[in-house]
Amino acid sequence: MKTIHALAAGALLAAAVGQANAAEIEVLHWWTSGGEAKAANLLKEKLEAKGHTWKDFAVAGGAGDSAMTVLKSRAISGNPPAVAQIKGPLIKEWGDMGFLGNIDKAAEADGWDDFLPEEIAAADKVDGHYAAVPVNIHRINWIWANPEVLEDSGVDHVPQTWDEFFDAADKIREAGYIPLAHGGQPWQDATVFEVVMMGIGGGDFYRKAFVDLDPEALTSDTMIKALKTFKKLRGTMDDNIAGRDWNIATSMVINGKAAMQIMGDWAKGEFTAAGMTPGEDYECVAPPMTESMFSYNTDSLAMFDVDDEGKQQAQLDLASIVLSKDFQVQFNQAKGSIPVRLDVSLDDFDACAKASREAFDVAMDEDALVPSLAHGMAVSDSQQGAVFDVITNFFNDPDMKAETASERLVSAVRAAE
Amino acid sequence: MPSNVSAPATGERRHRRSLAGHIERVLPRLVVAPSLGVALFFVYGYMLWTFLLSLTNSRMLPQYDFVGFAQYARLFANERWHVAATNLVVFGGLFIVSCLVIGLLLAVFLDQRIRQEGALRTVYLYPMALSLIVTGVVWRWLLNPGLGIQAMVRGWGFEDFTFNWLVDSDMAIYTLVIAAVWQASGFVMALFLAGLRSIDDSLFQAAALDGASLPRIYTRIVLPSLRPVVFSAVMILAHIAIKSFDLVMALTGGGPGYATDLPATFMYAHTFTRGQIGLGSASAIMMLCGVLAILVPYLYSELRGQRHG
Repeated sequence: MKTIHALAAGALLAAAVGQANAAEIEVLHWWTSGGEAKAANLLKEKLEAKGHTWKDFAVAGGAGDSAMTVLKSRAISGNPPAVAQIKGPLIKEWGDMGFLGNIDKAAEADGWDDFLPEEIAAADKVDGHYAAVPVNIHRINWIWANPEVLEDSGVDHVPQTWDEFFDAADKIREAGYIPLAHGGQPWQDATVFEVVMMGIGGGDFYRKAFVDLDPEALTSDTMIKALKTFKKLRGTMDDNIAGRDWNIATSMVINGKAAMQIMGDWAKGEFTAAGMTPGEDYECVAPPMTESMFSYNTDSLAMFDVDDEGKQQAQLDLASIVLSKDFQVQFNQAKGSIPVRLDVSLDDFDACAKASREAFDVAMDEDALVPSLAHGMAVSDSQQGAVFDVITNFFNDPDMKAETASERLVSAVRAAE
Repeated sequence: MPSNVSAPATGERRHRRSLAGHIERVLPRLVVAPSLGVALFFVYGYMLWTFLLSLTNSRMLPQYDFVGFAQYARLFANERWHVAATNLVVFGGLFIVSCLVIGLLLAVFLDQRIRQEGALRTVYLYPMALSLIVTGVVWRWLLNPGLGIQAMVRGWGFEDFTFNWLVDSDMAIYTLVIAAVWQASGFVMALFLAGLRSIDDSLFQAAALDGASLPRIYTRIVLPSLRPVVFSAVMILAHIAIKSFDLVMALTGGGPGYATDLPATFMYAHTFTRGQIGLGSASAIMMLCGVLAILVPYLYSELRGQRHG
């Protein structure tokens, strides 16, 4: 009893000293799997240390699809949560509909513009004002490889060009392994395709094709070449890809059934959980021709417009916690991503994260930093869905020509506008 | 009316009786009223709302800028919708016909007064007790080339055996038919069995006395008298086919690509995950039209039947 009194008094005192307003805020997110849940809990603890209350509103599943459905129904009923995990162009859409608040105060106090990459910060602004806070940066273009399988097949390094890749794939196949582990779900097909396409076309081409959805780029020879290479990859996979989840594909690499997988750096969590060390038990290498490129996927927490002053204060506090240096380090180590702050040292991170940061810096200099379409960073969700439809259909239909697919891309994207 | 029939009574008693009569008359309506109101609002009200939304250009959230039938035009220009609609025709047609044929055959065989009929009946009926999700998952494993039937037969030594419909975009729709038929044909069998049992034995005996063979008895006497059962079975199966969503999600996830998309999965994807509520609503209304196209002739024939009866 005494301790409770003491705690209560302490909390009151902290609230009184820290800030006049403490409040309960509801946070909608889909950080529910092992490492992610740990990361989310960290944020909760830090927020509660400031005297606020975190009301957890976790919606699992579907890379946020279910969470977005719940968010829409809450917004329609006039009762959105104070904070919600929203990504990419969707932030702007919510902002344009007038749902989001303004956290410029926190941004100015902490000097966000000094340490946030410009391109990533831009996605979190609505009409020039911060409405959301970025949390992390995932790199999509990675190959996760099992060195033992490669060695056993007589392949001495992870391929650097697509020609090399297909040669290596033949050797791996002959040695009795599956060259490329994959799961046949639309977003995974699109992930592999965008990685192939950006390697073949380069950063500018990628932006024209997958950010501006420019019809000329979508039907260009470069696009056709990318589509053909992508289709050829189907032959390096096994027959049972239909509907397979990405982590099952990752476990095929871990178990030594398959040699490689193309997947974002959340795959690292699976290797870590299996007790493997990067550089020794597994390798993370950029897929062919994307070494100096970086396709990013960023999680953001968007702040909804709230009247209550206490809640506004809680939102600002949450935002500055998210971008504090120690939180950036702890959270991203748990999640497998890299800090969104450029001035955070990565000394305590693993080799893959360090490589990711290096690639990020190079890509920024060379203008090869691109938003991932497959992960909802590049275009609206209706256009993303239209692209998914064409890509996944092309990949699975042995008779469809690359030319047909590129024309369908144009018409599908136009229909989804 | 109790008050009219009752013998003369004191004013007080009479009053009480008429009150009781009043309650007796009103109570059923009172009890039914809330559920009627709820049904009107949640079923027909939301149907109307969906129709309204299908006339707007709503994207992520509902909004009310009316654009006429533009969403329907977009829907019919949509490649994926055509795949979904064609799939429904293929899936629905094969599903209904196969269920009827298999169900009828099973019922006729079970009707031959065999031993352990009760146990066999249960065996065939059990799939219906499973959720379609379970059916879908089980068949996904069975049809997976690396795990299920193909792997098993290859394991027996037939190395060239191929059964990979699940991953073949031209054949995947038939895997849905297989799983759905497996699930529902036992139920159709039960319907037919009940119908067969209701046919008077004396009909059989009379026909046999006249020298009719068993197949002839079935084609000439039994099947025609099962017509109403066929009709109910088709109604129920058609509903299952049009509403199919969970089976697709569990078995193929709409894939490979969107080769096994059905209107229900199309509607869900566009309305709820792709932020195209207008287009999704238009597809929902088209589904409703599909159901009505089946339901209206059915109701018409039912009501006409009642008038004659």
